[in-house]
Amino acid sequence: MTAALALTNATARQGGRVVLESASLSVSAGEVVGVVGANGAGKTTLLRSALGLLKLETGRAELSGQDVSTLSDPERARHVAYLPQERKVGWNMSAWRVASLGAVTSSPAEARRRAQAALIRVGLAGLEDRGVLEMSGGERARVLLARLLVAEAPLLVADEPVAGLDPDAQLLTLEILRDAAANGSAVVLTLHDLGLAARFCDRLVVLSRGKVVADAEPADALTPCILADAFALDGGLEIGRHGPTLAAQRLPRGPP
Amino acid sequence: MRVGQLNAILGFTILVLLVAGLTLGETRLSLEQYRQAWLDPLSGAHDVLFLIRLPRTAAALVVGGSLGLAGAVMQGLLRNPLADPGVLGVSAGAGLGAAAAIALGLAGTTGVVEAAALAAALATGGVLVVLAARFREPETLILFGVALSAFLGALTSLVFNLAPSPVTLSEVFAWLLGSVANRDWADIARQLPAIVIGLALCIYAAPGLLVLTLGEDTAALSGLPMARLRVAAVAGASLLTGASVAMAGIVGFVGLAAPHLVRGAVGGDPGRVLAPSALMGGILLIAADIIARVVPTDLELKLGVVTALFGAPLFALIAWRAARSWRG
Repeated sequence: MTAALALTNATARQGGRVVLESASLSVSAGEVVGVVGANGAGKTTLLRSALGLLKLETGRAELSGQDVSTLSDPERARHVAYLPQERKVGWNMSAWRVASLGAVTSSPAEARRRAQAALIRVGLAGLEDRGVLEMSGGERARVLLARLLVAEAPLLVADEPVAGLDPDAQLLTLEILRDAAANGSAVVLTLHDLGLAARFCDRLVVLSRGKVVADAEPADALTPCILADAFALDGGLEIGRHGPTLAAQRLPRGPP
Repeated sequence: MRVGQLNAILGFTILVLLVAGLTLGETRLSLEQYRQAWLDPLSGAHDVLFLIRLPRTAAALVVGGSLGLAGAVMQGLLRNPLADPGVLGVSAGAGLGAAAAIALGLAGTTGVVEAAALAAALATGGVLVVLAARFREPETLILFGVALSAFLGALTSLVFNLAPSPVTLSEVFAWLLGSVANRDWADIARQLPAIVIGLALCIYAAPGLLVLTLGEDTAALSGLPMARLRVAAVAGASLLTGASVAMAGIVGFVGLAAPHLVRGAVGGDPGRVLAPSALMGGILLIAADIIARVVPTDLELKLGVVTALFGAPLFALIAWRAARSWRG
C-alpha cells in the first residue's frame, strides 16, 4: 500500500544552516507516528518539508505516492490537513466559523455541520458562538483541533497538539487522533512528552540535530542509548498501570 | 449582529446622506425649485441638483466605498488592523503619478492626470504583488510597504522641489489634498471599469482572506489556490485605490477606519467585514463631503482635510473603546 506520507532522504536548509539531514519518514493509513526530539532537533522542519511548505535541498516528499512539489494547492489539500504549532488567530471569529475553515472548499452548510460535530467531539459543545480570542488558550487549541478534524483528510499532521494543555485535554487530544487513525486516517504528530508519545503512538521517529536516529516501535525507539544521545537523558521507559512512562534524569554535563 | 442587518442599516444611512448631499450646498433651493428640477431638465435647479450635487455625492460614495473595501482587503490579507492602501504605498504611488503628470504640464488634457494616478497605483500594486509572492510573512510586506510609501512620498516631494512654477505647485498640492468638488458623471464613468474589476478581484479573494486568519501554513493547505488569491487581493485593492485617487486625489484614513467601525458590530471575520466596510467607507466620505460644503470658510475645505480632522479623533475614541474585542 502507498504511504499517505513519505519523505525520503530529505535535506533542508534554513538561513544557511542545515536543519534536516537525509531524513526519512513514512506514515501509512491507520497508523499514529510520533516525531520526538529535543528543542531545535528539526521536528517542525520535518513536518513542513514533508508537506511541501519548506523547499527541500535534496530528497523527495510524497503524499499518497505523488511528489508534493508537483501538486497544486487544492490537490495537496485533498491529501492532508495540518495543525501548526502556532495557535495565533488573526481575528476574533466565532469558534464554529474557525472550525469550519477546515472545509472551506465545501458548501457552507456542510462546513458548518462538520464544524458543529467536531466542536462537540473536542468537548466544546455550547461554545460554538464564542469568539476564539475571548477563549482560554486551551479552549482555542481545541477549536483548532476541531478545524483539523473538519477537513476529514486521509492524513492528519499535528505539530505539538498537546503543548500547553491540561492533562485531561492532552489525553482527549491524543484519544481523538488515535480514533482518527482507527477510522483509517494516517496520523503524524510531534510531542515532547515521551511517556505520552510511547503510550499513544504506534511508532516513534526520534530526531537529533536534524537527523533521524531511530524509527521504531516506542520500546525500541526510546532505549537508554537513544535517550542519552538525542535528549541527554539518563533513564528509560517503565511500564506502569496505564502504559509506559518515562523515568529519567539529566545526564551530567561538563562546565559550560 | 448579522451582516445583512448591518448592511441594511448602512444602506439606509447612505440613502439619507444622499438626500442630504442633494439638498445641502452653497445655493439654497426653494421647494418650487426642487419641483422644477425634477420636471424641467433645462432649469438651473436641475443643473445644480443633477449635474453638480448628485455626481459629487455619487463620487464621494464610490470613492469612499472603494477605499473602505480596499482597506478591509489589505487588513485581512496582512492580518493587521493597521494595514490600508496608504500604509502599503499604493496611495503614495497614485499621488506621485498624478503629481508628475501635473508637473509635466499634462493637466490640460482630460483624463491624463487620472490615468497617470491609476497607472502608478497599479505599478505600486505590481511591486507589492511581486513582494507578496516572495515574502509571505505579513510583517515583512508591511515593512516593505512602509518603505515603498516613504520612497514614493519622497519622489512626490521631489516633484514639488523641481516644480516649474508656483501655479503648478499649488495645483499639485490641491490635488493631493483630495476633493470630489466639480466631479461630473464622465469623471465617475472613466474610473468605473477599474472599480468594477477591482471589486470582482476582491470578492474572488475573500475566502483567501478568511483562511489567512489562521496563518500562512494553514492557508497554504486549506485547499484554496492561495498564490492566485493573494495576487487578486493586492491587485483588487490597488485598482480600487488607484481609481479612488484618480477620482478624488488622496483621501486618507477612510480605508483604515471603515473596517474598524464595522468590526464592532459584525466581529473580526475578514470575509464578513468586506461589504459593510465598503458601505461604511461610502458613508464616511459622503458625510465628510457634506461637512466640507457646509462649513462656512472662504475657501471650501478639502475632503482629505475633513476626513482626517473629524475622523481621526472619532476613530481614536472608537479604537480606545473596542480595542480589546478586535484582537486578543
